[in-house]
Amino acid sequence: MRSHARIGFVLLLTPLVLWLGLLIVIPHIDMLLISLRERISFGVYETSTAQYQKALTEPLYLRTFWRTAVMSVLATGITLLIAFPVAYYIAKMAKGRLQQVLFMFCLIPFYVSELVRTFGWMILLRETGIVSNLLQWTGLADQPVEMLYNDAAMMVGLVYTSMLFMVVPLVTTLESLDDSVIEAGYDLGGGGFSVLREIIIPHAMPGIVSGCIVVFMLSLGNYLTPTMLGGKDSLWFTEMIYNQFIVRSNWELGAAFGFMLLVLSSVIVWGMLRLTGRTLQETMG
Amino acid sequence: MTPDLECADLTKQFGETTAVDNVSFAVPPGSFFSILGPSGCGKTTIMRMIAGFLDPTSGDIRIKGKSVLDTPPNKRPVNMVFQHLALFPMMTIAENIGYGLRRQKTPKDQISRKVDEALDRIGLPGIGGRKVDELSGGQKQRVAIARCMVLEPDVLLLDEPLGALDLKLREHMKIELKALQATFDTTFVYITHDQSEALVMSDQIAVMNAGRFEQVGTGQDLYYRPDTPFVAGFIGDANRWKGRIERVEGAVLEMRTETGLAMRATASNDLSAGDMAEIFVRPETIRLAASADALADFDNQLQGTVTSILFNGAASRVLVQDSVGETLEVTLPQSGEFSGLHRGDTVHIGWGAAQAICFGGGA
Repeated sequence: MRSHARIGFVLLLTPLVLWLGLLIVIPHIDMLLISLRERISFGVYETSTAQYQKALTEPLYLRTFWRTAVMSVLATGITLLIAFPVAYYIAKMAKGRLQQVLFMFCLIPFYVSELVRTFGWMILLRETGIVSNLLQWTGLADQPVEMLYNDAAMMVGLVYTSMLFMVVPLVTTLESLDDSVIEAGYDLGGGGFSVLREIIIPHAMPGIVSGCIVVFMLSLGNYLTPTMLGGKDSLWFTEMIYNQFIVRSNWELGAAFGFMLLVLSSVIVWGMLRLTGRTLQETMG
Repeated sequence: MTPDLECADLTKQFGETTAVDNVSFAVPPGSFFSILGPSGCGKTTIMRMIAGFLDPTSGDIRIKGKSVLDTPPNKRPVNMVFQHLALFPMMTIAENIGYGLRRQKTPKDQISRKVDEALDRIGLPGIGGRKVDELSGGQKQRVAIARCMVLEPDVLLLDEPLGALDLKLREHMKIELKALQATFDTTFVYITHDQSEALVMSDQIAVMNAGRFEQVGTGQDLYYRPDTPFVAGFIGDANRWKGRIERVEGAVLEMRTETGLAMRATASNDLSAGDMAEIFVRPETIRLAASADALADFDNQLQGTVTSILFNGAASRVLVQDSVGETLEVTLPQSGEFSGLHRGDTVHIGWGAAQAICFGGGA
């Protein structure tokens, strides 16, 4: 009996170990090793921190690094602000069929690939696009308006891409809030704002934190949206990693960039958890 | 004296259905008023209208003589204890109780003093720092009441707050609620479908059915002098017979039941010979005897066979089948006289006309 249980345990654990080992731990160890070497001449490598020094002293690299971090935090914040009322409406105000239909509306855009969705935005926002034509037709603009290739367009794309990942955890936590608790908040003299601040938000906190973590990671690691919608000035850190690996074949610097991104996201997620006084265990479990 | 709470011609319609139909009542200050009715009778709708979560279709709600129809729920001088209590799980007990005071912008030191006072009053001093889920059901109950009472409302609404508790605790909380009401000296409006809760605690009870008040009165009124067949059937248990009235002699009348028995009963309203009527007799008013002689004084006498003994301690009953095949419920006296009663035994039962109430229109 006991050996059976043990075999079952090992079998069940194997996929997880393989997944973690082959796809996450081993590549990262390899990346770390690559990032810690310097090419001296053809085929000759030496261990050094030169890549990190280069990354941290070159203004373009550093600026892109911080810009990516700040813009990702901003995108996360905007997504939260838009998604919270949406999720609240779906979870608490809509009833029955309407609730399901609205939830489906949030989900349906994700049936098509991110590439197609991003092209959709390009069709809307480009110089000869729908919005531009509409503005000219109504007389609000007298010439074609270019709305692509700037930070605003990129932000729209990032928020749109991440929306679902914020709405789902929020709807789940808000649905678990008993209506009578909200009513009790009003009954005992609370106004709309104080009920939101003291009852609804504290209850939704696990959903807010897990939604924010997912959206932040998605934004930080996004490649497509900044490349397609962003301007020349909106360089994203993932583009730089891609450039080093693919365009310049400088795997050492690319690996160093990759590690910097990993550290950055870990630090910001940790900070987010600290700020809200939650543990990773509470949030994910 | 101005009543603390007054509802005048209150009506609420949801589309085609009328949930509350022209209900009027007044609750004098400091009293315990219950609305008792089966689920779906509209009692929760009344309560939600008083609290302000629903607007009445027509009619008025006055608290201390002032109409509150235009006052939003958070400004009304009424507070509500919810069915599942709705304590705020994200706050400690002290924060829960202090929530309403914080909304009133009470200074911090006063809040903590009032919270401590409230905890003393409900007999749970020193638990302010605990979390909601660390408390037992009865403790949560008391905290939910304290959370409302610190705000000193004119009226406290309670929406079946004992429903979630187990039987033993419910019995205990009935007495405790009544005592808390006396301590706080506030008007309580209590909603329940449990007649025993209403009877034990209330000064006045309104029995509600299908959106209307059937009768408003003290527990004794409802039990001894029901106005309608619904009240007679809903409060306590009753054996019922339908039939046609044969003779009326003042207040006492004689009815021939559909099964052919002649019965004497007291009329609750004007009835005359030939009317269809229904007689209600409570199991506890029926006397059980071994021989017919012992029942000579009773207006109604039957002989029957014991078909079953429903032992339930003090509330034990005997099911007796009479000569025409009807089964009656009779309370089993615990004086020891009938401890040897068995299934199949022949017994005599009897009751007075004064204990049998007759309502017209039972056809």
